[in-house]
Amino acid sequence: MNGAHDLGGMHGFGPVEIERDAPVFHHEWERRAFAITLATGFLGKWNIDQGRFAREQMPPAEYLATTYYEHWLFGLQKLLDDLKLVSHAELAARTKDPASPVAPVTGFRVLAARDVETALRKSRTSKADEDVAPRYKVGDRVVTKNIHPLGHTRLPRYARGKRGVVTLDHGVWVFPDTSGNGLGRKPQHCYAVRFEARELWGDAATLGDAVYVDLWDDHLEPA
Amino acid sequence: MSHDHEHDHHHHHHHDDVQEHREHGAPLTEVELRVRALESLLVDKGLVEPAALDQLIDTYETKVGPRNGARIVARAWVDPAFRQRLLEDGTAAVAEHGFVGRQSEKLVVVENTPAVHNMVVCTLCSCYPWAVLGLPPVWYKSAPYRSRAVIDPRGVLGELGVGVPSDTEVRVWDSTAEIRYLVLPERPAGTEGMSEEQLAALVTRDAMIGVAKVQPPAGAAR
Repeated sequence: MNGAHDLGGMHGFGPVEIERDAPVFHHEWERRAFAITLATGFLGKWNIDQGRFAREQMPPAEYLATTYYEHWLFGLQKLLDDLKLVSHAELAARTKDPASPVAPVTGFRVLAARDVETALRKSRTSKADEDVAPRYKVGDRVVTKNIHPLGHTRLPRYARGKRGVVTLDHGVWVFPDTSGNGLGRKPQHCYAVRFEARELWGDAATLGDAVYVDLWDDHLEPA
Repeated sequence: MSHDHEHDHHHHHHHDDVQEHREHGAPLTEVELRVRALESLLVDKGLVEPAALDQLIDTYETKVGPRNGARIVARAWVDPAFRQRLLEDGTAAVAEHGFVGRQSEKLVVVENTPAVHNMVVCTLCSCYPWAVLGLPPVWYKSAPYRSRAVIDPRGVLGELGVGVPSDTEVRVWDSTAEIRYLVLPERPAGTEGMSEEQLAALVTRDAMIGVAKVQPPAGAAR
């Protein structure tokens, strides 16, 4: 979707400010938002692409006015509500009353502390084992599709309808543009595609500079 | 893990938390209330185990961080065979050090040289190689970096004090898939006699994202 998350090439956000000696988390609530998001991810009820798509559906004005972990929280609340695990109404009630009633849920394998290390080490969300033939080989000239889907896509707006060259073949991966929309894994090759800066941004860009975008077979056509 | 008040008391009921905050003089913000309510619901429903939450936080706050990546870089600087393996198959080479896992299913290492300057961004979210760099810093996740890194990388680099000569090619890697990118920075002059450990101490997170150069140690011959 053409959401506020698709930031590449926008103007007006000001300078990049690097905080020296920044802590990993700036507030206790960020620690908790991070941890409940990761832990509930291991319930296996949604995949990483659906998780990203949930965050992307934050209204644009709100997305730009909030921080990273607020985006995470929005996405988590949406997924939990959509899946009837924690409803928005239950959350609103609990915010006012720490003893608010809960609707029970059962049948989940919950991430246990003793399994955290193994779960993180083995976490493998998107690499596909299927033997799928690549449609392109390194060196091939390609053009990206000009698509504007309402659902999830990993083809950024700035790289649509642009000519590039396949530079690395990363092998076979789950396709987020279907996986994130509940339409299946559709495993296919993913490539690093090189776009000349001038192809993307015009003659004001420095000749010879380039942007590499990881894209899938279904994003590309021969050029 | 930082064992501050908020953390140690976290699993108490909410009125305790509110009380605690009032003692500290600050009312809970809307987002703090919301996160606490959500966590308590998840615990009550048996969807998360509190001890697992603490362990997840501890892992990324104290165990996994840019020191992992710095060790990889220093090794590559002193061991040409490792450097070659790293550039050919980053995933396998860092796995030799035990650095595997979430948000690093496949790692590609790109090398900065006098001819090429690489930098990494994720314009669509904030993908980042957790296994070797830990969690991303705020600036990496911010709209200014995500919007500008692809359209004006030289401008961003210049503001951050990295001058890139016009005949050096700038390559920006937009992490739109589950492949993660790590920059192998240039080894600074004046470090010839340094040990691998001393070298690792020079390597910064920002240099491994490609928005800084590794500085020689103070007093080193330039």
